[in-house]
Amino acid sequence: MTALVIAEHNGGEIAEATLSTVTAAAQLGGDVHVLVAGGDDAGAAAGAAAQIAGVAKVLRAVDAAYAHQLPENVAPLIVSLADSYDAILAPATTTGKNVMPRVAALLDVMQVSDIIAIESPTTFKRPIYAGNAIATVESSDSKRVITVRTTAFEKAEATGGSASVDEVSGPTGDGNSEFVKLDAVESDRPELTGAGIIVSGGRALKDGETFEQYITPLADKLGAAIGASRAAVDAGYVPNDYQVGQTGKIVAPEVYIAIGISGAIQHLAGMKDSKTIVAINKDPDAPIFQVADIGLVADLFNAVPELTEKL
Amino acid sequence: MKILVPVKRVIDYNVKPRVKADGSGVDLANVKMSMNPFCEIAVEEAIRLKEAGKAEEIIAVSIGPAKAQETLRTALAMGADRAILVETDQDVEPLAVAKILKAIAEEEDPGIVMLGKQAIDDDSNQTGQMLAALMGRPQGTFASKVQIDGDSVSVTREVDGGLETVKLDLPAVITTDLRLNEPRYASLPNIMKAKKKPLDTKTPDDYGVDVSPRLAMSNVSEPPVRQAGEMVEDVDALVAKLKALGVA
Ligand SMILES: Cc1cc2nc3c(=O)[nH]c(=O)nc-3n(C[C@H](O)[C@H](O)[C@H](O)COP(=O)(O)OP(=O)(O)OC[C@H]3O[C@@H](n4cnc5c(N)ncnc54)[C@H](O)[C@@H]3O)c2cc1C
Ligand SMILES: Nc1ncnc2c1ncn2[C@@H]1O[C@H](COP(=O)(O)O)[C@@H](O)[C@H]1O
Repeated sequence: MTALVIAEHNGGEIAEATLSTVTAAAQLGGDVHVLVAGGDDAGAAAGAAAQIAGVAKVLRAVDAAYAHQLPENVAPLIVSLADSYDAILAPATTTGKNVMPRVAALLDVMQVSDIIAIESPTTFKRPIYAGNAIATVESSDSKRVITVRTTAFEKAEATGGSASVDEVSGPTGDGNSEFVKLDAVESDRPELTGAGIIVSGGRALKDGETFEQYITPLADKLGAAIGASRAAVDAGYVPNDYQVGQTGKIVAPEVYIAIGISGAIQHLAGMKDSKTIVAINKDPDAPIFQVADIGLVADLFNAVPELTEKL
Repeated sequence: MKILVPVKRVIDYNVKPRVKADGSGVDLANVKMSMNPFCEIAVEEAIRLKEAGKAEEIIAVSIGPAKAQETLRTALAMGADRAILVETDQDVEPLAVAKILKAIAEEEDPGIVMLGKQAIDDDSNQTGQMLAALMGRPQGTFASKVQIDGDSVSVTREVDGGLETVKLDLPAVITTDLRLNEPRYASLPNIMKAKKKPLDTKTPDDYGVDVSPRLAMSNVSEPPVRQAGEMVEDVDALVAKLKALGVA
């Protein structure tokens, strides 16, 4: 029983989501290998992957075709390596969700998406219906192709391991897709999915300027990441990658502060595993208060500046 | 160019799903069902491409029980031209759905297959990617913008780090994200007209696809419930609580 983890990286560093995925892979009970596929700069990331505690071997695949993790190019590579593995795992990030079903289909395997627990090497728990139900599923396929909800698994130690690094090569796709550009949101803030504290704003924030004026100083004071409801993203207050929820990012910080967010089930799906939930809303009947550990019924336009001031 | 739009009938997104006491699944008896919201966005996008002269015909497909006809009629009322129901009472997993869609794509030869990124019942987020793999074609998932230029399509994708743009040779598979568009409501005259549009009924066997599940669902349970905590009177009390938590 050997598991292959598909690493997420930016050339130099391995994404934290990969560390949680390594933990999940180790729970399957066998050796864990990590594939680092990328362009010329994948070498450093492969070196970093070799340091992860618990990883027995790193496979490094360097080709310009793998530079942007285009699924048309990376999936055939993974499939070409699959014979040696019983399970192939990636974090349920937008990259993992993009590539892994392609791998699964080429292997004629039904992917197990977004697992939150491993009951046995073939039995998993996963949320369905926006997390309103938890299904236990057993795979009868010859291999498991899995995406991992990273908030459900501790991060493996990033250092302490000393895996060997093997060079591998494989197919590079048909060239029918091309990366054009990435408009990245540059920010000095902690990354949403790894943050210890998140301050999140909803529709009540009115517009981008107001959002910035009320939410940002509080987040700055707390060293927090900033999140948002879909309503706030749709209305253009903040970029799309701030969205927390069923169809946005899944977060589980120590403290999640929801401001002017009603608490629709699709939003709760993305944050209800937070350790402590704080809600500020002027409507005492807002559903968010049913999951909040600490609730304050107040007008945010008074309460938030006062809170920022007093912290 | 034809556009194929797979649409799934699911629990309405406003309904809070209830887990059955015997752990066998989610109770769907007497629950409002609707078109999966991401599929509505896919239908809308296909219609806009047709309106812009980029496509000639839109074919909606659903794999599911006889009642999925209603979902197809909704797609037809929005503006799809014809529909195919692949009828089965079995819950069909994404891999088998993708196999059926591939067989339909071979018959219809669409330039684009436009799916939702995720069905809000199984939350799998797989079918489009699987279909693209089986067809050997490129994919533009989680699309927030779609632009056709000649024999290729530019897709802007909502990714964790921002917005990514890829260029794909046609035919291609696209899956829709929430901000791609705002779906239209079908007007009453269009709902009437939709009743006369062609709707073919097939079975998985017609496409030679085995729909037996690969994942056996042994149990469906409630997630751990969060207890509502306490309400504080004012900001001072909130500050005290946050300090007690070690925040700030
Ligand atoms: C398929 C699908 C997927 C979805 N996915 C997501 C998702 O991933 N994430 C997500 O968040 N949503 C998602 N949604 C949308 C979700 O259903 C809700 O519409 C959305 O979460 C509402 O955002 P909101 O709470 O900011 O806005 P609203 O529901 O409008 O709530 C605003 C809240 O602000 C309060 N308020 C107003 N003024 C003040 C004030 N001055 N001071 C204090 N409080 C105030 C109000 O009392 C209200 O509770 C999805 C919907 C669909 C159909
Ligand atoms: N039974 C089905 N019938 C038609 N389309 C489907 C079906 N299942 C999935 N799809 C399509 O695939 C998308 C993603 O679904 P999923 O992979 O299950 O999350 C949906 O938005 C639909 O466009």
